[in-house]
Amino acid sequence: MQSELPLYPEQASNFAPQVDGLVLFMIAVCAFFAVVICAAVIYFFFKYQRKRADEVGVPIHGDMRLEIAWIVLPFFLLMAMFGWGAVIYVDYRHTPDDTLDITVIGKQWMWKLQQPDGRREINELHVPVNRNVRLIMASEDVIHDFSVPAFRVKMDVVPGHYNTMWFRPTKSGRYHFFCSQYCGTNHAVMGGWVTVMEQDDYAKWLSGTTGSEDPVAVGQKLSNDLACVTCHLPDGKGRGPSYNGVYGSHVKLADGSTVVVDDSYIRESILLPNAKIVAGYRPEMPSFQGQVTEEQIAALTAYIKSLKDQALPGKPGAAESATGKK
Amino acid sequence: MSSTQQPPLSPQPAAEQQLPKEHYLNATYGIRSWLLTTDHKRIAILYLISVTFFFFVGGIFASLIRIHLLTPGGYLVTPETYNKLFTMHGVAMIFFFLIPSIPAVLGNFLIPIMVGAKDLAFPKINLLSWYIYLVGGAFVLYSFATGGLDTGWTFYTPLSSIYSNSAVTPAVIGIFINGFSSILTGLNFIITVHTMRAPGMTWFRLPLFVWAHYATSIIFILGTPVIAITLLLAGLERMFHMGFFNPVYGGDPILFQHLFWFYSHPAVYIMILPAMGVISEIIPTFARKPIFGYDFIAASSIGIAVIGFIVWAHHMFLTGQSTYSALAFSFLTFLVAVPSAVKVFNWTATLYRGSISFDTPMLYGLGFIGLFTIGGLTGLFLACLGLDIHLHDTYFVVAHFHYIMVGGAIMGYLGGIHFWWPKITGRLYPEYLARIAAITLFVGFNLTFFPQFILGYLGMPRRYHNYPPEYQVLNVMSTAGASILALGYLLPMIYLAWSMRYGKVAGKNPWPSTGLEWTTDSPPLTENFRETPVVDWEPYDFLHRPNLGLLGATSKKPVPAHGDD
Repeated sequence: MQSELPLYPEQASNFAPQVDGLVLFMIAVCAFFAVVICAAVIYFFFKYQRKRADEVGVPIHGDMRLEIAWIVLPFFLLMAMFGWGAVIYVDYRHTPDDTLDITVIGKQWMWKLQQPDGRREINELHVPVNRNVRLIMASEDVIHDFSVPAFRVKMDVVPGHYNTMWFRPTKSGRYHFFCSQYCGTNHAVMGGWVTVMEQDDYAKWLSGTTGSEDPVAVGQKLSNDLACVTCHLPDGKGRGPSYNGVYGSHVKLADGSTVVVDDSYIRESILLPNAKIVAGYRPEMPSFQGQVTEEQIAALTAYIKSLKDQALPGKPGAAESATGKK
Repeated sequence: MSSTQQPPLSPQPAAEQQLPKEHYLNATYGIRSWLLTTDHKRIAILYLISVTFFFFVGGIFASLIRIHLLTPGGYLVTPETYNKLFTMHGVAMIFFFLIPSIPAVLGNFLIPIMVGAKDLAFPKINLLSWYIYLVGGAFVLYSFATGGLDTGWTFYTPLSSIYSNSAVTPAVIGIFINGFSSILTGLNFIITVHTMRAPGMTWFRLPLFVWAHYATSIIFILGTPVIAITLLLAGLERMFHMGFFNPVYGGDPILFQHLFWFYSHPAVYIMILPAMGVISEIIPTFARKPIFGYDFIAASSIGIAVIGFIVWAHHMFLTGQSTYSALAFSFLTFLVAVPSAVKVFNWTATLYRGSISFDTPMLYGLGFIGLFTIGGLTGLFLACLGLDIHLHDTYFVVAHFHYIMVGGAIMGYLGGIHFWWPKITGRLYPEYLARIAAITLFVGFNLTFFPQFILGYLGMPRRYHNYPPEYQVLNVMSTAGASILALGYLLPMIYLAWSMRYGKVAGKNPWPSTGLEWTTDSPPLTENFRETPVVDWEPYDFLHRPNLGLLGATSKKPVPAHGDD
């Protein structure tokens, strides 16, 4: 428990010291200007108080050197702030490669979170310390926002989009997370706790899991149940492209452009199949909009992802080939 | 603040002074003469009454919010009610108080007089603006009364267009209608300034108040249609399930945010620019010297209006927008800080070697400089990409925009109301009470909103009816400040109303000040001037105006302050 009147939240991620360092710089610069202006106002106010009722001030109309000085000097300070802020933001928006991927689904008014091995949690998130964690986030209804003040990170969770965010917890403990984007009646209680655990404890916690479902298995079963496999034959000879080896590859589309097969592309292909047709296939797949939940889409994606080391049909080993999925 | 034994430094009207025999208030009588008036001054009074009504509606909601937030559990009202309170607070305050406040009340009253005209260019359209405002306001009040509104004033989709169960449709229609009132007012101001200036009133002799309103009018005309159409689209999606913003119908919720902020960010400048105009009149008057850097203050108003149109996506850094787009919008947002800083530096420099008095409008003016400085500087924190990751949608944002909108716009509005009250009513308000109110407001305001900066940095999200207990101390401080603030708002209501009948007669130019509006009667004639005024003096020049009765004044023609205008 912190003091009754804390001034900043705990620092528990790689971003926290960066953000706090920047905020100290900003406070220093801004406080300097605020103090100079307030001191000048107060000093002038008393120094040049009116002495007699018909007195006038000294007519000074301006000074070009001063005007230039207080345009140019703040401009450079502002650019320093912009630059420093941009560095942190670009780092935050550029996810490293070796992440632990956790699926986060927001709905009015709860968070559903799923570990890579399929273990599910509601309004609780367990992550290992000193490991890069990526949250892949989708919403089932309105816009939400996943925010962890102790990590100094947040990101909107937007229906119809996948947004991702990443952080590296640096300190074990339990920290609040909140929904930060107003989402209706129970917005204020749509939050929970992030538990940062030592890596061993995290491994134990995961292995203690009972009844968790492997998302790959769930995805495979869904692929059968929804009859995806009747067209997406593994050998690539069906009416849709094969799933084998497609995840992460570049595929050529019917309109000549190229697209990287990632989570967003797979999601779009399930919901709006005709938006991006792979070259050589016809736009005949029906939309699954409204038939699959965000969690099921995540499971299907996990299944397709699990096949990424399989050889692409037709051209073994040629990951850049023009054959793809769908 | 303590009184001194020196000769009085504040306006002391001669005891025998009388109100003029004929003026705009007694020209005609009866309710029809008010409801069908085309006199810009009477329309300004109609607006004054209606925006004050909405200010109190919004203020009551604000009070309930602060009382509710005294305790972390959120026991006073239900979550539904709380969400409606902050939404209706925002809608009433922004669309029906702040946006019309200074332009439609003070701008309406003063712009024709300041440029030396008899009325605005289109007096009937001016009256129409007020009726449109009333119709829009009626729709919104109907929404408040029949189920309320719980979408947040930002109306983010798909919450507002699909999921909300409150009376969204009438509110959206009301704001749509109200937009036309702003557009017509802006049109009227621009045409009046272009075509109806008196002989000798060159562009660079215009009061800075007029420059600020000119810039505001540009935003009214260019921005308001966008918010109108955006809310209309959200309404159509809600009523007829047309897919604009909801992904289930093939829309995109982010599109709504782009359209919404394309207007609503410039709308912040609609609120603050007129207040800056008021401050630019008050400071030279009570420092009794020309404003420092007239050209720079005038140009910075236009600069803010123009750059203000290309910063909107800084509200959306964390929606998943492209990194490049975020970099561009962050850069542009930092850029808009430059003209704002230029204004603050010039106002401060104006005080140097002035003859400064303590009169109430000056207290508001100096308070404005301090609060706007804090509000502007904290805006940099939010413009800064790295910090916005942490601060976005927290109480830091709430504190920041209240420093701009309440500390800036409302302080400017109240300063202006006090400054021109003698012109509007012909009478002075009780000076000491007014100073007490100004200081009460300043203290109450800071106590209310400064703790919210810290709350925000600690991570408390906005729009929470229920918060973790570690945030309580700062929330209690904020609520304590709000009760002082509420008292500060009630005081002027009482003494200003009292002064309309019992205040001392002010005379033409009680401060004295240099604008054209101070050369005519208080209150002015319906036609404003007995004969068309001719301007042969530079703005804010006290020395070469012998009729102001100031020390060392000569009638010698001054060297023009602006060599080449």
